[in-house]
Amino acid sequence: MNLNILWFMLIAVLFIGFFFLEGFDFGIGILMPFLGKNDVERRVIINTIGPFWDGNEVWLLTAGGAMFAAFPNWYATLFSGFYFALFLLLVALIGRGVAFEFRSKYDNPKWRRTWDFIIFGGSLLPPLLWGVALANLMRGVPIDAKMNYVGSFWGLLNTYSVVGGAAMILLFVLHGSLFLSLKTEGELQQRARSVGLAVGAWTTVLMLFFVVLSYFDTDMFTRHGVDPGPVPILAGLALFSVQYFIRARHDGWAFAMTGLTIALSTVTVFMDLFPRVMVSSLNPNWSLTIYNAASNTYSLKVMTIVALTLVPIVLAYQIWTYWVFRRRVHLSDHLDY
Amino acid sequence: MSNLVLARWQFGITTIYHFFFVPLSIGLVFMIAFMETMYVSRHDDTYKQMAKFWGKLFLINFSVGVVTGILQEFQFGMNWSDYSRFVGDVFGAPLAVEALASFFLESTFLGMWIFGWDRLSKRVHLTAIWLVAIGTTISAFWILTANSFMQEPVGYVVKNGHAEMSSFGALILNKQLWLEFPHVWLGAMATGAFFVLGISAWQLLRKQMPEAFKRSFQIAAVVALVSSILVGLVGHAQAQHLVHSQPMKMAASEALWNTSADVAPWTLVAGINPQTHTNSMQVQIPGMLSILSYNKLHGSVEGINQLQAQYVQKYGPGNYIPPVRTTFWSFRIMVFAGGLMILLGIWSVVAVVRNKLTTRKALLRIAVPAIALPYLANTMGWVMTEIGRQPWTVFGLLKTANSVSPTVSAGMVLTSLIGFTLIYGILAVLDVMLIVRYVKEGIDTTSAPTVSHSQPTIAPL
Repeated sequence: MNLNILWFMLIAVLFIGFFFLEGFDFGIGILMPFLGKNDVERRVIINTIGPFWDGNEVWLLTAGGAMFAAFPNWYATLFSGFYFALFLLLVALIGRGVAFEFRSKYDNPKWRRTWDFIIFGGSLLPPLLWGVALANLMRGVPIDAKMNYVGSFWGLLNTYSVVGGAAMILLFVLHGSLFLSLKTEGELQQRARSVGLAVGAWTTVLMLFFVVLSYFDTDMFTRHGVDPGPVPILAGLALFSVQYFIRARHDGWAFAMTGLTIALSTVTVFMDLFPRVMVSSLNPNWSLTIYNAASNTYSLKVMTIVALTLVPIVLAYQIWTYWVFRRRVHLSDHLDY
Repeated sequence: MSNLVLARWQFGITTIYHFFFVPLSIGLVFMIAFMETMYVSRHDDTYKQMAKFWGKLFLINFSVGVVTGILQEFQFGMNWSDYSRFVGDVFGAPLAVEALASFFLESTFLGMWIFGWDRLSKRVHLTAIWLVAIGTTISAFWILTANSFMQEPVGYVVKNGHAEMSSFGALILNKQLWLEFPHVWLGAMATGAFFVLGISAWQLLRKQMPEAFKRSFQIAAVVALVSSILVGLVGHAQAQHLVHSQPMKMAASEALWNTSADVAPWTLVAGINPQTHTNSMQVQIPGMLSILSYNKLHGSVEGINQLQAQYVQKYGPGNYIPPVRTTFWSFRIMVFAGGLMILLGIWSVVAVVRNKLTTRKALLRIAVPAIALPYLANTMGWVMTEIGRQPWTVFGLLKTANSVSPTVSAGMVLTSLIGFTLIYGILAVLDVMLIVRYVKEGIDTTSAPTVSHSQPTIAPL
């Protein structure tokens, strides 16, 4: 295995980490205004992700940094090409990040309602945009011989990508509702579970629909960078089992299964893309690959040493945080913030 | 306007705005960590209340710094894709290391610190805030490694039409970095110090919790004095390095159109005419520029016209002169603000040592608006550094005009520029509003853990 492949895998891992972790806090952000009937409940819902969401978001920042360092052309083409989508993403993330901090700093219903709406919008927009972006990565976008994206923002919106975006939203809402049922109790927990049941069915339908569309819209079924083998089927089975686990009150397992669905779906996307990182719809030879988009070997070597040293440490203390805050958040808690 | 001009505006606005929040975060977190250390070692609850009070202000400020930082990282790809392609091999690495080594550290342990007051042992909780403080410093180090490469490119070879990294060690050992990093970090310490100094002074004038705010004033006074003096000394060393590494920036910051005499005078103020390459009405101090540049009474400094001619020889036809007025005045405002900070630092420390804090009303009144001084110095410092490097993004290697994204339309950049500027404006107002609110509220002395019932009080922090 060469370093280009290793970095392709590392970036896949960073995106899996981002979707898995921020996936549930996006989902909870979307659900918060609906599941929280009053200010205390909304505070409890936010506190379930309070200590984590910021760290979760760093997975995206790191993925961006790693793309820049390992595959500068990928970073340059993607970020300049999907300009308006990224602008919207940044607006969402800025609003959301500040909202968590500012919301409780002033005890006024109007003030809080405004920030709650921003948390909702700021949590809804990113999964939509990421779903659209991933679908377009697979479908192919107009990239010219100089590696520049020559399409428009509206060119990114098509049935396939919009279904992808909607599926991602639902998957994250499901994932979030299950995290919530793990971290709360009583009535709130019941509500989270019933949302999980309701959303779960729709998520399964939409994901299947997305897979069917993939057959027509992409080359994923005919051309395999790496044969994904049973990975997509396992992803489907994991998603299927969620309904059973919620009904059986195995919240932990249900959450693990949505997590598995997210991870395996992302793996499938990356395996099918391989060794391409962005597909050109104009000419297959103009596609960006892990070779023509990459930094030189020396840079990759340095970065590999850095990553292999730091990533285990980061993982260790992040896992430790989840352990420290493993307790459920009670309605009657002293609510920090 | 072209997408180049708009992209430059966006970079300038984002960077300056982001850097309103970052230095305060870095400076303040160290002081909070110190206060909590005192609390843990001396079991004195006042220090805990202090840490919580300043912690609240820190969090309001930190969150804006973080969210604007995301944009800071992304805009290289969005607006400057040709730059990213050209230097990604070299420039991307420190950015990625920054994310891995510090963003995770800061965000994870800050979460623990906020939510862990009742859940972690005192020592673990204290460790968390120290790790956040260390994280901010690591972050500054790596981002300045990337910036130093733009000022003084090292450790690369140009191959296949772009810069490839050839020595990571050279990037880290870059002379520019070891002047720029301490300068910026000490500037951040000063920012935190003057913030604490000003707010403590205001509270002392109002006679609110004098015991706690006297202590924070004392801590801040010492940090303010030490960091202001050191930041000036390092800045001086940096200017001397500039004479060799970026002589054009040096000449522009002095509005020195022609190479100076051997005993070079320093221009205090001047009316600059960039069209005719002349200055009217200059006030000069004889020999001072030689001292500033070489630490001795003689030694000439190269002028803009001579350097322009050299650069045309070296890099081909073109205009290599940065905006001279901006570079000249930003430098002077920075130095002037720094000078005032040193004076105020001395005054504060003297008042503390003589134990005359509460009777020195004039000092307390001046300390409040003086919060603005480090902000002024920081901003002007970056304006000088970045504008003075023009027309280059990477000095001598890549011009700004060749760095911009070729396929992003001016309309697109304008849309995002307006969008972000509006958001920044709103956030700035809200941020200041919240800080003022919390400052007025003062220190919460009733922070005993609430065991709440049907209607729990939602205690701030």
